[in-house]
Amino acid sequence: MSLTLAEVEHIARLARLELSEEEKIRFREQLSAILDYAARLQEVDTRNISPTAWTVNVQAPLREDVPAQGLPTSEVLSNAPQVQDNQFRVPPVLEG
Amino acid sequence: MSELTDLSVPELLAGMRRGDFSAVEVTRAFLRAIECLEPSLHTLITFTPELAVRMAEEADRRYRAWRHEGSSTEAALPPLLGIPIMIKDVLCLKGVPCTCGSRILQDFVPPYTATAVQRLLDAGVVVLGKTNTDEFAMGSSTENSAFGATRNPWNPEHVPGGSSGGSASAVAARMTPAALGSDTGGSIRQPAAYCGVTGIKPTYGRVSRYGLVAYGSSLDTVGVFARSAAETALFFSLMAGHDPLDSTSAREPVPPVSLPDTPNLNGLRIGVPEEYFISGMSAEVEQAVRNAIAQMEHLGATVQNVRLPHTGYALPVYYLIAPAEASANLARYDGVRFGYRAPAERLWEMFDRTRGNGFGAEVKRRIMLGTYALSAGYYDAYYAQAQKVRTLIRQDFLDAFQQVDVIACPVAPTPAFRIGEHTDDPLAMYLEDIFTLPANLAGIPGLAFPAGFSATGLPIGMQLMSAPFREEILFHTAHAYQQVTDWHTRRPPLTP
Repeated sequence: MSLTLAEVEHIARLARLELSEEEKIRFREQLSAILDYAARLQEVDTRNISPTAWTVNVQAPLREDVPAQGLPTSEVLSNAPQVQDNQFRVPPVLEG
Repeated sequence: MSELTDLSVPELLAGMRRGDFSAVEVTRAFLRAIECLEPSLHTLITFTPELAVRMAEEADRRYRAWRHEGSSTEAALPPLLGIPIMIKDVLCLKGVPCTCGSRILQDFVPPYTATAVQRLLDAGVVVLGKTNTDEFAMGSSTENSAFGATRNPWNPEHVPGGSSGGSASAVAARMTPAALGSDTGGSIRQPAAYCGVTGIKPTYGRVSRYGLVAYGSSLDTVGVFARSAAETALFFSLMAGHDPLDSTSAREPVPPVSLPDTPNLNGLRIGVPEEYFISGMSAEVEQAVRNAIAQMEHLGATVQNVRLPHTGYALPVYYLIAPAEASANLARYDGVRFGYRAPAERLWEMFDRTRGNGFGAEVKRRIMLGTYALSAGYYDAYYAQAQKVRTLIRQDFLDAFQQVDVIACPVAPTPAFRIGEHTDDPLAMYLEDIFTLPANLAGIPGLAFPAGFSATGLPIGMQLMSAPFREEILFHTAHAYQQVTDWHTRRPPLTP
C-alpha cells in the first residue's frame, strides 16, 4: 500500500511532529515500504486467537495506603525549560 | 601480575580483599583504558571520572575497615565492592545526565535512580560513565545517537550493534568489566554478538524497569554485559527480583546462581529451530552456531529439532507493536516539564517544533509508524492483528519448552556490518533483529555469547533461550561451553 502525502501530514499532526517537506517525502516512501512488509500479517488466521498485550499477568497490585515522601518541588522543577512562581511556564495557548 | 583490566570480576574482588591492590587502583586502571580508547571507539555519552574515584575511595574505606576489624568472612562486604561498571544512557542515575542519545534530553538530569542501578550501587559498584545508545534505544547499530556513532573494537569500520552498542563495545575493549544495557528487540544480545561479549536479556518483569526510560513498555527489559557467562550471572542475580516501584515487576523468587566447576551438560535438552537457519544468512554464522551446539552435545546434552512456525511473522509484529507503544511513551517529550524546548509564540507550535527538532529521524519514523498503526480505521488491521499473532509466537515457544530446556540459535544473520551500510534502508536494518525480536514478543529470557569468528576477524555470537524465569539454565549452559572454549577470552586488536 502507498500512503499519500496528505496521510503523512495527518499522522504527523496526530503525533505533534513538525516535519520538513523533505522529511514528508522520505517518510511517505519508507512508511509505505514498512506497511507493505507488515501486510503479510493478514495471511495469518487469527480467528479465536486472543491478543497479547502483556506476557506477564498484569494485575494492578495493591499496597497499604501509607503516605510517602515525594520529590520536593525544587527537584521536580529543576529540569523545566521555564519556571514561574514554582510552576511550569509555557507559551500562550490562545490568541489575544 | 597481569594488567588489572584483564582480571575477571572474582579476581578483582579477591585482590581487593587481600589488599594486593586498592579499589582506586582498579578504577584508575579502567579510567586510563577509557582515556586511551575512547577517542577511537566513542562508547560514552557522559564520562564520570571524578564520581568514579570518589566511589572507589569509599570502597577502599570499607575494605580497610573490614580488614581492621579482622573480619574473616566475605559476608560482611557488599558483593561487588569496588567493581567498576558503565550504565547505558537510558537508565537514570540521580544527578548524572540521562540523554537517551537524544537532543531532546540533552540537558536532562534525573532526580532519582533506577532500581537496577541502585541495587548494583548497594552492592558496591563504581560508576565510570553512561554509555552511548541509539536514540531512545531505537536502532541496531548505535549510529542513531545524536552524539555520534560508537565503533566496534574488533574493527572500527564496523558497527558495535545496537542499541546498547556503547556498553558492548566498552566491555569488549576492556574499558569496564561490565555494563548495563536494555533489550526491547535485541538491543543487548545483538551488540553482545557483534562485539564478542556475553549479554543477558532477562525474562520480562525479572529486573525492574523503574528508572528505565520507556520505549516499548510490554517489551522493555534491563540486562547486563560482561566478559563471561559466570560474571554476567553475578550482576544479573544482584539486579533481579521484585520491585514495588514497577507494577509489571515479577514476584518469582531469584535463586542464587550457582554454576558448577566442571563442564557437564548431562540431561540438558537442547532444541534447534530450523526457522532460525534461513537462506541468505552468513554461512560462517551458521557453521559457528552448529559447531557450538555439537560441542554442547559432546558435554552431555541431547539435541533435537523443534518447530517455531510463526517465527517469520515476528518482524512485522514487532515493528507494529514497538512503535505503537513508543508513540504513546514518547508523547511526554513536549518541552513543558523537562528536556529541550524549541522557541515558539504559541503552545501548539511549541509542541510540534520541539518534537520535530528534538527527535532524530529513526525516532520520528517509529512515532509516525506507531501513530498510524493506532489511528482510527487502521487499529484492527495492524495493531490488533499484530497482538494476536504475538499470542501465536509466544505459544510456539511455550510448546517447544514442553520438549526442551533451551533453544539454541544464532543471534543475528551476519557478523557486524559496516558503519553506514544500512542507514538509508530502515527495513534492511530491521532485518538484523529477526532472531532476537521473538524473545521480546514472548517475554522469555535470552543469553548471547561468543561462539567463533568470521574469516575477517569479527566475532560471531550464539543465543540460548529458555522458558520464563529459567535464566539459570542459560547461564549454566553457556558457562559449561565457556569452560571448554576460549572465544570469550579473546581480546580485540583495540585494547589498552
